[in-house]
Amino acid sequence: MSMRHRIVLLVMLMLFIGGCGATNSPRGAIPNAHAPAIVRLATTTSTADSGLLEVILPAFEQQYNARVEVIAVGTGQALKLGENGDADVVLVHARSHEDAFVAKGLGINRRNVMYNDFVLVGPVTDPAGIAGMPLAAEAFQTIADTAATFASRGDDSGTHSKELTIWHSIGITPTAELNWYQSLGQGMGETLITANEQLAYTLADRGTYLALRDNLPNLTIVVGGETIEDNHDPALLNPYSVILVNPERYPDIQAELAEQLAAWLVTDETQAQIATFGIDAYGQPLFFPGMAQ
Amino acid sequence: MEDLFNGLQQALALILDGDSETWQITLLSLQVSGVALAFSTLIGIPLGALLGLRSFQGRRLVIALIYTGMGFPPVVIGLLVYLLLSRAGPLGFLGWLFTPSAMILAQTIISFPLVAGFTMAAVMSVDPALRTQVTSLGASTMQTTFAILWEARTGVIISVIAGFGGIISEVGAVMLVGGNIQGSTRVLTTAIVLETRRGRFDLALALAFILLAIMFAINLLILRLQGKLD
Repeated sequence: MSMRHRIVLLVMLMLFIGGCGATNSPRGAIPNAHAPAIVRLATTTSTADSGLLEVILPAFEQQYNARVEVIAVGTGQALKLGENGDADVVLVHARSHEDAFVAKGLGINRRNVMYNDFVLVGPVTDPAGIAGMPLAAEAFQTIADTAATFASRGDDSGTHSKELTIWHSIGITPTAELNWYQSLGQGMGETLITANEQLAYTLADRGTYLALRDNLPNLTIVVGGETIEDNHDPALLNPYSVILVNPERYPDIQAELAEQLAAWLVTDETQAQIATFGIDAYGQPLFFPGMAQ
Repeated sequence: MEDLFNGLQQALALILDGDSETWQITLLSLQVSGVALAFSTLIGIPLGALLGLRSFQGRRLVIALIYTGMGFPPVVIGLLVYLLLSRAGPLGFLGWLFTPSAMILAQTIISFPLVAGFTMAAVMSVDPALRTQVTSLGASTMQTTFAILWEARTGVIISVIAGFGGIISEVGAVMLVGGNIQGSTRVLTTAIVLETRRGRFDLALALAFILLAIMFAINLLILRLQGKLD
């Protein structure tokens, strides 16, 4: 066999390896006699990364012979996917963005699904001296006064949106000129890892912090307490809502299945399952069903 | 250090135990990048040969575009492909978004300038005397091109390796247009990002070791092939 033939053979082999297998099926890769309908859920990294959806969704998939494709992005991007009709339903946590989403007619039927809380974490050494303060606003003010390093998500996520709300409540607009304020433009995990290395304060959702705690030896919770019961600041509550993408804008989306999924999320059975998730791994639930009180 | 060691140990365990999800993710990575590489080889080698051997109007502009493409951030390609394939975009009717097809499209766009650029450089470095000689022997344009590509084979093979390296390890574009959907569009790189975000550093490292092993094996294979060709 000539060398030239070998090259042709190699290219054909490449095409063959690539061609066989699942790459051609349009949506998903799991063959099934009764191919399940697919519903796309755009959600935030906090819900997906915690593992909650992997635990609760199989029951829905079985009951409705459906497959839920979870796309985990920031709240900003999740809403954008909904706006463009690239997701059928969104599960997000940024109330002001959600209200705008529904008001503009991009989404319909907002439902409260669950909540948890944010905590302010910071260096064990607590350079700003804010450990144990009951209110986040007070702690944020002290961080600004003492110019202690603060790491911000800076990515238009639900957590970033909450952080900005707290800064605005004390009349501060963080900008790049403030040398103690670092806008990272990163996800929660990356931001916590950065804060751990740079000995910075940061606002985090409790679930992600608990999941990463073992890798963050330099950080501790300074405001928000060890569990949600110890969190005395209602401003730190973190409610999640499910919103259907408006089917009038995109007739092709899976409107019916999306509605079934949203309704299923708030059934008693699902809510009970949400309430117990995380107790085994973290000694406390990561999400609480229903609407924040 | 402990994470590193655990990662290596876990990588071996995942492979040896035949963990089905790890296999599926690995296979999908190879499929997506393999098909994308096949397409970009089919486009890139002829294009590189054309740019290296012919002079025509607009050649410099095309070369400038190819060089720009070689250094373009994959995430921007991902964003453009997303906007193209979104239901709100011009090709939304295809239903490709968040499927392997979208990932293949993005990776083809990322890798073909690499293949074309390096192929062009390789054929240009071939002694011009060869071309004159082959032509004077009565070879057709096609035969001359093949003869020069053959002479430049080391460089052409490197162009294909560069193209593959550029996409198998790429994360920005496949994350955006694939969506990192479990069991459907999750590949090694996006799985590594996910596990890092989840704080499972050892699992992330395990997947990284698998990726490293694949790249190493493919480079070995190609170097071996190159040795036989010389």
